[in-house]
Amino acid sequence: MIATIMKTVLMVNILLVVIAYITWAERKILGRMQIRHGPMRVGWHGLLQPIADGVKLATKELIVPTGADSLLFLIAPVITLVFALVPFAVIPFAGAPVWQITDVNIGLLFILAASSLGMYGIVIGGWSSNSKYSLMGALRSVAQMISYEVPLILALIGPVMLSGSFSMSKMVAAQEQAGYWFIFLQPLAFVVFLISGVAETNRVPFDMVEAEGELVCGFHTEYSGMAFSVFFLAEYANMILISAIATLCFLGGWQRPFPTVGFLSFLDVVPEIVWFSLKIGFFLFLYIWLRATLPRIRYDQLMYLGWKMLLPVVLLNIFLVGLFKFYSIPLLIYYLITFFTTVGCVAWCSKHFYE
Amino acid sequence: MLAHYFPIFVFTILAFVVGIAAIRLGGLVRPSHPDRVKLSPYECGLKPIHDLPHRNTVPFYLLSMLFLLFDVEILFFFPWVLFFERSSINGFASMLLFMFILFVGYLYAWKKGALEWRH
Repeated sequence: MIATIMKTVLMVNILLVVIAYITWAERKILGRMQIRHGPMRVGWHGLLQPIADGVKLATKELIVPTGADSLLFLIAPVITLVFALVPFAVIPFAGAPVWQITDVNIGLLFILAASSLGMYGIVIGGWSSNSKYSLMGALRSVAQMISYEVPLILALIGPVMLSGSFSMSKMVAAQEQAGYWFIFLQPLAFVVFLISGVAETNRVPFDMVEAEGELVCGFHTEYSGMAFSVFFLAEYANMILISAIATLCFLGGWQRPFPTVGFLSFLDVVPEIVWFSLKIGFFLFLYIWLRATLPRIRYDQLMYLGWKMLLPVVLLNIFLVGLFKFYSIPLLIYYLITFFTTVGCVAWCSKHFYE
Repeated sequence: MLAHYFPIFVFTILAFVVGIAAIRLGGLVRPSHPDRVKLSPYECGLKPIHDLPHRNTVPFYLLSMLFLLFDVEILFFFPWVLFFERSSINGFASMLLFMFILFVGYLYAWKKGALEWRH
């Protein structure tokens, strides 16, 4: 009981600190990619910048616009934050000394359910601000999130087919037992999961929600001060969540790279939690990299990509996994088949994307 | 069994507390000088002229219906996928049949233009 509460408090604190420093890393990396320094003034290389930002946001006036439903207006960011944080209760961070608050046997289902409830915060916030931009942004956001939820869930069906359980720790155990990570067996599902994960978190190039050019700031146009920063925290928590799911389902969780190769066993010295954090860090870097590189796509292109490309591709992935299971194809040949299918699908999609 | 879910309950309460505290505690330090112009909904510097629109474009509605359909169909994957490891090829074949039917419905929606985004 006490231990549970301690662990929960610790987890929430770690998450909030990590989120604060992701914002620092994001500004630093974006700066470097645009050949400038990023934050440098507050602390050594701007390391105290997140704290300064926090103080600044806390001392900003919180404006509730006239005609807004003030209770809903203030509870909306809280709802989004809660459902962005709660899934971390079932995510295992390491196996040998277990770093997990609770191992529920429906872990993945719980994560999907809780994270899609976060959408309510966005709808409530957008509707209750009594602003046209907010309402339009909320509508777009929800349309985008429900469109990409279909391929996202179907992409996660693939790993579950091979592990036979929704429990996140059993997912890693299955990859340990099989000796290969699921990314090699189903790169197709991995690519689809990455794309729809970026779309689910409303990040560039799918940040249609806050397209500044047309919608000012989307659903949080009217939010200021701490209410805004709570929305902000929720967005970054969602990014970590998507990275964690990708790591657990496709990249073997806390295993070292090449877990079956004997002569690399000196890598076992590094604790499992470090491997897990490194993999999550890789995905977070990918998010920032995308933001620095890609322009925003148009809304009809977004729908086109979600419904007409990702959905059939991900059904093909389920079919391929079934073939692998029942026709005992040699592993190497199967690797080649999935690899070339993925390359073919990506090539076909990128060729037809702008038509 | 239910004891596994207790930490989730604790986590939810704690997350609520963190969220509400973040907004409430800021009230101790932040200023509050509301005036009429500051409180008006944002409209690019102009006076707001209309109320919120009560009508939305049809594609949003169509999209939510499509989502509902596909989401319900995805629900059928969940019980099947848990038994996939233990099932024989018949289990997979019947799921393929289901996927085929789903795909026919999907093609129908495509041909009808439900997946196009236009106004």
